[in-house]
Amino acid sequence: MISLAHYIVLGAVLFCIAVAGLFINRKNVIVLLMSIELMLLAVNMNFVAFSRFLGDVSGQVFVFFILTVAAAEAAIGLAILVLLFRNRSTINIADIDSMKG
Amino acid sequence: MSLSTSILLTIALAPLAGCLLAGFLGKFIGRAGAHGATILGVGISCALSFYVLYQLTLGGAEAYNQNIYTWFQIGNLNASVGFLVDRLTAMMLVVVSFVSLLVHLYTIGYMADDDGYTRFFSYISLFTFSMFMLVMSNNFVQLFFGWEAVGLVSYLLIGFWYKRPTAIFANLKAFLVNRVGDFGFLLGIAAVLYFLHTLDYATAFGAAPGLLGRTLQITAGTQWDAATVICICLFVGAMGKSAQVPLHVWLPDSMEGPTPISALIHAATMVTAGIFMVARMSPLFEMSSTALSFVLVIGATTALFTGLIGIVQNDIKRVIAYSTLSQLGYMTVALGVSMYAGAVFHLMTHAFFKALLFLGAGSVIIAMHHEQDMRYMGGLRKYMPITWITMWIGSLALVAVPFTSGFYSKDAIIEAVGLSHRWGAHYAYFCVMAGALVTGLYTFRQMYLTFHGEERFTVLAQHGHGGHGHDDAHADHGHHEPGVLAHAPKESPWVVTVPLVLLAIPSLLVGFFSAGPVLFGNWFGSAIHVDPADNVLGELGQDFHGSLAMALHGFTQLPFLLVLVAFVSCTYIYVFNPAMAGKIKRALNPLWVVLDRKYWFDTVYFAVFAQGSVKLGRLLWQAGDKAAIDDVMVNGSVKLVHRIATSVRRLQSGYLYHYAFAMILGLILLLGGYWLMGSGHMGSVLAGQ
Repeated sequence: MISLAHYIVLGAVLFCIAVAGLFINRKNVIVLLMSIELMLLAVNMNFVAFSRFLGDVSGQVFVFFILTVAAAEAAIGLAILVLLFRNRSTINIADIDSMKG
Repeated sequence: MSLSTSILLTIALAPLAGCLLAGFLGKFIGRAGAHGATILGVGISCALSFYVLYQLTLGGAEAYNQNIYTWFQIGNLNASVGFLVDRLTAMMLVVVSFVSLLVHLYTIGYMADDDGYTRFFSYISLFTFSMFMLVMSNNFVQLFFGWEAVGLVSYLLIGFWYKRPTAIFANLKAFLVNRVGDFGFLLGIAAVLYFLHTLDYATAFGAAPGLLGRTLQITAGTQWDAATVICICLFVGAMGKSAQVPLHVWLPDSMEGPTPISALIHAATMVTAGIFMVARMSPLFEMSSTALSFVLVIGATTALFTGLIGIVQNDIKRVIAYSTLSQLGYMTVALGVSMYAGAVFHLMTHAFFKALLFLGAGSVIIAMHHEQDMRYMGGLRKYMPITWITMWIGSLALVAVPFTSGFYSKDAIIEAVGLSHRWGAHYAYFCVMAGALVTGLYTFRQMYLTFHGEERFTVLAQHGHGGHGHDDAHADHGHHEPGVLAHAPKESPWVVTVPLVLLAIPSLLVGFFSAGPVLFGNWFGSAIHVDPADNVLGELGQDFHGSLAMALHGFTQLPFLLVLVAFVSCTYIYVFNPAMAGKIKRALNPLWVVLDRKYWFDTVYFAVFAQGSVKLGRLLWQAGDKAAIDDVMVNGSVKLVHRIATSVRRLQSGYLYHYAFAMILGLILLLGGYWLMGSGHMGSVLAGQ
């Protein structure tokens, strides 16, 4: 029997993988974007699990919204990425530090 | 019959009108316009002053005491502009306006070549106005206004030649020393308000007996008699204005100003304001024997010890300045033995003969082309006979030769001090008696050095501008050879000699005619209050049998004999044996040094107060302003912000993953906190599972 805890642990594991992707990755902005997507999916996993557990559909409605926003965000993020590469000829994260104080 | 308000207002305001005309419109009305306007103003005041005096003495008018205008009102304190004109005021009015008028006239000659001609006339008219406001006041606030206003004009006139560093030093010194006195004066006025709840003379004096037994706690555990505190505070003001030891140091330096104002302000009128004030406050001073003893001792010290300094001075004006200090000391001594009428009487006679001496000295200075050092004079009597004779008259009055006016006032003071039983009277008697000898010494020395003996100056051959009179010494003669004159000294023009003659007449005669009524006839009436137990003047009056008898009696008295001693020794030293002066100086060298250094008053004041203030100021500047405010507070806060920002900006790496890490870390901490407290919704959901 798969209990709620299993789903939540899966969500937490996905989230931790995403966070690790953010931190450990020092090379590529695309990986960053992917990590963010993964984070959103981890959240979606929680939403679905709680929705099922509590018998409330609104959680699954939220998931659709989040998926939509994530798709839009991915599109915008990739567009920014293209522009970034056009301007700076790199997508190496270590080189993108113009916000340094 | 009473005095009319409009006359009194005219007396006060006419000089002010002249001052404003000359001061603001001097460029348009020119020199003649300036001296015409101011002389007219003061002339009107002088004529009306004589009229007021006439009305009060012979016309049977009542004393005038009325408020004319409300100046300001704070709570119960009502400050008015008002006049109190009784015989005491009338005498001051006549003295001030008469001397002022003559000084105005004299200035035409003395300042003829000065660029500040109209400015000078404006100042002396402003002075006359201020002095009128001071003496005619019927309350303490207006008195203080006049007091400060004459101080201001004195400051302006001492520094009249404002390009001379010494003049600037002198006027600053006069101003600062007077501030010390004025501080005491203000405290005295405040004490009057505190104890008597009024600043009106008549009300305050009426309430004065209520001061008996009241005390003031100044420091913990000591109770001070209220009347003593009030009177000593007020007298500290008089010490500043009337240049009594130890606040006398400004007066000799004030001789940096032009000679006419030395005569008017620093001899005849302003410096006697303190004497007038104490006489006016006689109902208060009579409440405190302690304060009067204080007055007596200070006056006696001034009378003798400043006179001694006069003996060693070489500057003709400084000799007279020290003589003024000494004579002010005599007046103060008279106040100290409750002989207010005598003090005011000496004030009047002194105003005449001292103004005469100063103006005479000014005449000599003109003739000597602004050389003031007596070591380069001598033998001037044949060049300037009018000045010579009038100055001898003034000198005889100063040393109190019987029949001159100075005799009646000064001899009465000396005798009254001898009769007084007040604490300090023995010391004062010694001082005024010795002072008579000292007065003789410096006066005769000055006359001999200036007018007699051989000429110690040389005259260059006549050249081009022989008829030019005296040049403006302050610009042109700044570094000429001492004792070398471009042309021979000659008698001054009539505008200078006429005032001398007009002053010589009262110097000789006024005492003879007025000593009886003013000194012994209770002439001042209710203006001056004397406790019957201390009435030395009344006691003295019992032996008074007319001016003639008093003068004849004076020939046999010790003061005259001392003057004779001074005369004989000075005559011998300076006429028959000129080398003697130097020998005496060498023999008494330590004493000479003490006198030449003026008892080190100036040195000590300069080292302690002036340098002390500078050091204190520098300390506050360095420690307070620069270190505490600039370095710590202003720059310190900037540096602190800078330092914090420098360390904090290292966190701002610019790498996205650092920010993300910080966000996650924050989130974990937040959630962890919730969970630990067990109150978060998330915590309860998980815990419930």
